[in-house]
Amino acid sequence: MNEAAINNLITQFADDALIIAHRNSEWTGLGPLLEEDIAFSSIAQDKLGHAQALYNILHTNFGGPSPDAGAFTRDESQFRCCHLVELPIGDYAFSLMRHFLYDAAEWVRYEALESSTFVPLAQLARKIKGEIKYHLFHAKTWVVQLGAQGNEESHARMQSALNETFALALGMFEPSEFDGELAAAGIYPGEQQVQQRWLELIAPVIEQATLQLPSVEEIDRSASYGGRKGYHTEHLQPMLNEMTEVYRIDPTAEW
Amino acid sequence: MPTVNEIWEALKSVKDPEIPTISLVDLGVITAVSLDDAGIPHVRMTPTFVGCPAMDFMQQQVRERLAQLGFPHSDVQMTFEDEWNTNKITEEGLRALNQHGLAPPPRYEGVLELEVLNNTPCPYCKSHNTTLHSPFGPTLCRSLHYCNNCRQAFEGFKPV
Repeated sequence: MNEAAINNLITQFADDALIIAHRNSEWTGLGPLLEEDIAFSSIAQDKLGHAQALYNILHTNFGGPSPDAGAFTRDESQFRCCHLVELPIGDYAFSLMRHFLYDAAEWVRYEALESSTFVPLAQLARKIKGEIKYHLFHAKTWVVQLGAQGNEESHARMQSALNETFALALGMFEPSEFDGELAAAGIYPGEQQVQQRWLELIAPVIEQATLQLPSVEEIDRSASYGGRKGYHTEHLQPMLNEMTEVYRIDPTAEW
Repeated sequence: MPTVNEIWEALKSVKDPEIPTISLVDLGVITAVSLDDAGIPHVRMTPTFVGCPAMDFMQQQVRERLAQLGFPHSDVQMTFEDEWNTNKITEEGLRALNQHGLAPPPRYEGVLELEVLNNTPCPYCKSHNTTLHSPFGPTLCRSLHYCNNCRQAFEGFKPV
């Protein structure tokens, strides 16, 4: 009953959430404003909770590893996250634009999953959506503010962040061999449809921010593909090494 | 042996670990209580926020309260079946939040628009002349605001 397909789907979303959570948490103590420090840290904590709940679905329904073991014992080739979430935090404009593009995608994904025929995922999606709403609200507010209501420099930096992240963001929608099976079973509509809805969601905000959305047609999407198959950027493994350091020294440690 | 109603009543003494004025029952995180034929209580709870670190502690507190009530064995589980939102907070719960200095979340019907956060009533002077500073605060369930009337920073309990 679609076990491999569901496993693959949930692992992708859980890995995305885990890795972006770790990256967002790197702003703790470094945010450009105290409120932004708190926002990125809170969003990180939410995402970590989402990753844990997603791994837990695999653990309880399909006998997958416990959330901790799943997060801390795999090497990079076993991760299914997209390249966008792997990159270092860069400057605030980069992290903010990534946050906007990523959370818009999560919003569209969980909106689609609310009516999934795989009930545990549908239940969790309904819950998670209420939290993503805040993440997206936060991202939109700042993207518009810095794009349209800041100064020349803030506008230029947001545009360059958008140019840098947009191609990578398309890697979130790397097609999967399971897309057809998942759509036929009413579990998930497939990446092509989700990407289309994502573009419809982000375009008006980018316009409101007076920024130029790069053209999807002119981008070589395949350059940012690979994450869903276990091929990652050079940034993932060093991050995993850091993230798993305590667990590798003592798997029973509590902190 | 205590009845289901008496269990609900007893659980009202279990308070939120971070907001001690509100009980878990009034917070709406306890979604079902039943007793099976063997006299074992089954309690279903649901997290406020998926990543809320206080949830394990809350479950433990519920188990301990049930043990005090004469149920050494109980089945307390977290589920997303009946997911939490702030409309599940009771009227008593909203008052308890205000008492703790937190602006209570507004009731809403249908889809929640987060623009409501912009003029959250101040928990101290009740003015609506307030500004949202950040939708994220010291815990996952709180936002940061400033009251332009009594010139006081305050926190809100986020509507979800």
